[in-house]
Amino acid sequence: MHDIGHAANSGDREFVAFCMGSQEFCVDIMGVREIRGWTPATPLPHAPPYVRGVINLRGAVLPIIDLAMRFGLGLTEPTPRSVIIVVQVHQQVVGLLVDAVSDILMTSEASMQPTPDVASEMAKTFVKGVYAVDGRMISIVTLDCVLPVTEKAAA
Amino acid sequence: MTVDTMAAIRQTFFQECEEQLSEMELGLLAMDEGSADSETVNAVFRAVHSIKGGAGAFKLTALVQFAHSFETALDHVRSGKLTPLPDVMKVMLRAADVLADLVEASRDGKEIDESSYAAIASEVKALTVIEGQAEEVEEVIDFQPTVIDFGLPEITIDIPATPSHDYRINFSPRPELYGNANETVLVLRELNRLGIMQATCDTSAVPQLDAVDPGGAYLAWSIDLNSEHEIADVREVFEFVEGEADLSIETDGQAEVSDADIAALLSQALSGAPAVEPEAQSQTIAEPATPQMQALPETTSVEPASTPAPAAEIAKAESKTAAVVPTQTTIRVEFDRVDRLINLVGELVINQAMLSQRVIEANFAGSSSVVIGLEELEQLTREIQESVMAIRAQPVKPLFQRMSRMVREVADATGKEVRLKTEGEATEVDKTVVERLAEPLTHMIRNAVDHGIEAPEVRLAAGKPAEGMVRMTAAHRSGRIVIEVSDDGAGIDRPKVRASAIKKGLIAADAQLSDNDIDNLLFLPGFSTAATVSSISGRGVGMDVVKRSIVALGGRISISSRPGLGSTFSMSLPLTLAVLDGMAVSVAGQTLVVPLTAIVETSKPKKGEIHSLGADGRVMSIRNTFVPVIDVGTQLGFRDVAMEPERGVAILVETGDGTRNALLVDSIQDQRQVVIKSLEANYGTVAGIAAATILGDGRVALILDVDALVSGLLNDPLAGELRYGTGG
Repeated sequence: MHDIGHAANSGDREFVAFCMGSQEFCVDIMGVREIRGWTPATPLPHAPPYVRGVINLRGAVLPIIDLAMRFGLGLTEPTPRSVIIVVQVHQQVVGLLVDAVSDILMTSEASMQPTPDVASEMAKTFVKGVYAVDGRMISIVTLDCVLPVTEKAAA
Repeated sequence: MTVDTMAAIRQTFFQECEEQLSEMELGLLAMDEGSADSETVNAVFRAVHSIKGGAGAFKLTALVQFAHSFETALDHVRSGKLTPLPDVMKVMLRAADVLADLVEASRDGKEIDESSYAAIASEVKALTVIEGQAEEVEEVIDFQPTVIDFGLPEITIDIPATPSHDYRINFSPRPELYGNANETVLVLRELNRLGIMQATCDTSAVPQLDAVDPGGAYLAWSIDLNSEHEIADVREVFEFVEGEADLSIETDGQAEVSDADIAALLSQALSGAPAVEPEAQSQTIAEPATPQMQALPETTSVEPASTPAPAAEIAKAESKTAAVVPTQTTIRVEFDRVDRLINLVGELVINQAMLSQRVIEANFAGSSSVVIGLEELEQLTREIQESVMAIRAQPVKPLFQRMSRMVREVADATGKEVRLKTEGEATEVDKTVVERLAEPLTHMIRNAVDHGIEAPEVRLAAGKPAEGMVRMTAAHRSGRIVIEVSDDGAGIDRPKVRASAIKKGLIAADAQLSDNDIDNLLFLPGFSTAATVSSISGRGVGMDVVKRSIVALGGRISISSRPGLGSTFSMSLPLTLAVLDGMAVSVAGQTLVVPLTAIVETSKPKKGEIHSLGADGRVMSIRNTFVPVIDVGTQLGFRDVAMEPERGVAILVETGDGTRNALLVDSIQDQRQVVIKSLEANYGTVAGIAAATILGDGRVALILDVDALVSGLLNDPLAGELRYGTGG
């Protein structure tokens, strides 16, 4: 674990790292509202396969996005260890279903490397850059377009 | 004062303006009805005066000027110089509309085109000219004991050649002045506007620092003012602080002492307490050498702070003479806070249900005290929920008042004479319902005046009074609100409606239609009988839009009409949009909620009742009529193969346009009230789903959008593709 007790420099940012399959990703901690366990979701009709449905988050209806499915990595089979990372994307709050949360990273903007040029559409759409941490590669996820474009969002 | 606080105060002012405007309108309508008693006239006068006062503090010149001349006219009515005859009231009501427009424009920071209301403004001024014999004659003060304002007609201000006067004003605020959120700076500034002013601050009463009472008032001012204004104008500046300060005004050396001054002197003599002005206290001590008013810290620009004061002050003055009407105290609360509370209570209800379920599961039945405790909890939560819902409830009164303006405008534009009569304005309904009712109701009122009521000569020929009557009533009926709009006009011209529908291809030429069927043709999209398209109504959009918005609110609309006697539109709406009565059903392992308003009946289909039609269409015979069967499970994509109808339950539903369908579900769970949760907030619209709710076990259940479900739009595979792009 990294020492998060450090006084944060202006360039330093914290990230929540999580894994899906064998890959590691992270999101800016400022966008994370909470992390909670998996509860069965109510499926939505005619939703794309990566939208697992909706759950009740203290009275609000929270859509659950299977992030692995969204990234084209295959359907996530939820286990009791699966977690939902509740994030705020623009005005909306969504839950991201991932395998596990692995780390809290503190790193500077400057140490972010550009996304290596690979053919994957997913990498181009959802990965903003990568960090090298202890020999691991952690992709920084941009959440701007994880939700499907619905009538409201398109309007 | 920061910009934020200024904005907040400004907002408060406009909120109060809205209340004053509604008060004013109510009073004017009562006067129009002929009940021009002094209490009503005073109420209207006070409302206009308060708007003027507040507007002055925000330097809304156009608003102040118009309010002033309106106020003058009202003052003439109050003093009996002007009789509120119908003609006069017509001008007054239109002036009220202009005032409302001006307030709105000022609130939105829009430019106001003076020419747009110049005609009314001059008409209002004319009211005082005809009736008042001599403009500049000061009011007979003892004619009416409740005179608050000495405001002279505006014209006096415009006369250029008025000789100037020298005033010497002694002004010593007492602690109450500051206690009532008044501010001397404001008064002095106002005074400065009247002419050339020289103010001297008397700090002699300021005690040693250890003797200072922070709530006291120790400063006094003596002011020399050279102004072209009459003494009444000078006095008006002090109007809101009257009784809260010792005041004397000498005109050209002549003393003018009012009752208030004597009372003030007396009370001061009795209390014997010196006073300090808390605001200026530190200032005075720091800079004793500059006792001028400029020494007051400029940052304490307290101008708007006086806005709440005028109403209170006038009310106080009023209560001296008029009978004290008991008023309920209210507080203003942000809507968000109420919503948060409602959400939390919704959570509480769900939690309570979960707890009950757990207790039953854990077999606590033997311990009766636990069960009794739980029942009490359930009772309490229900009461809390009802009380919280009541917070959102609002009377329909403001909505109805807006309609009365609409009637005036449309009647003016069409050259008809129409009177609006309202009943049940106090009927309460959820705020959202009130807001969303405005548009359909506007349409209906326009229609009633434009199409329903005949021209005066036609009415007279038919033996009816020249003035038409539109009635608007609201009432609670079996847990819903019923709003009716009726007119005493010609009624629906059924042959014309029928001919028009045939011409537009809406019905077959030989269709057999009952009177009721013909009336309902009005609700068909694209239907309009207006021979000439007027700017008011009759562009072919109208009643279908009305119907759609009513249905969207979970309501129904019906129409009844008698030739020659008029038509009645009746709307029935749910009291709140936050909860919904629904039927919980099971479909492919999921719980769905069907709104109860859509359900006609339910039945268990028997073998012979289901008939195939076409490739995969099925219909169900219900008492010898055939209705399409919609398999909810396959429609929503919860299962691929349609279920056997005999194994499920059919729910007969009726959509907004009157068509019936049978929804096929696995089973019915129960009937319950559910709290409506938005899907759009965090996700977006889902075809076939109106909203979501949270069940007793904490899971989310979806509420069906019956209209969308039966319209068959979901069948279109392309629609799904278009709706959900990849988002890339």
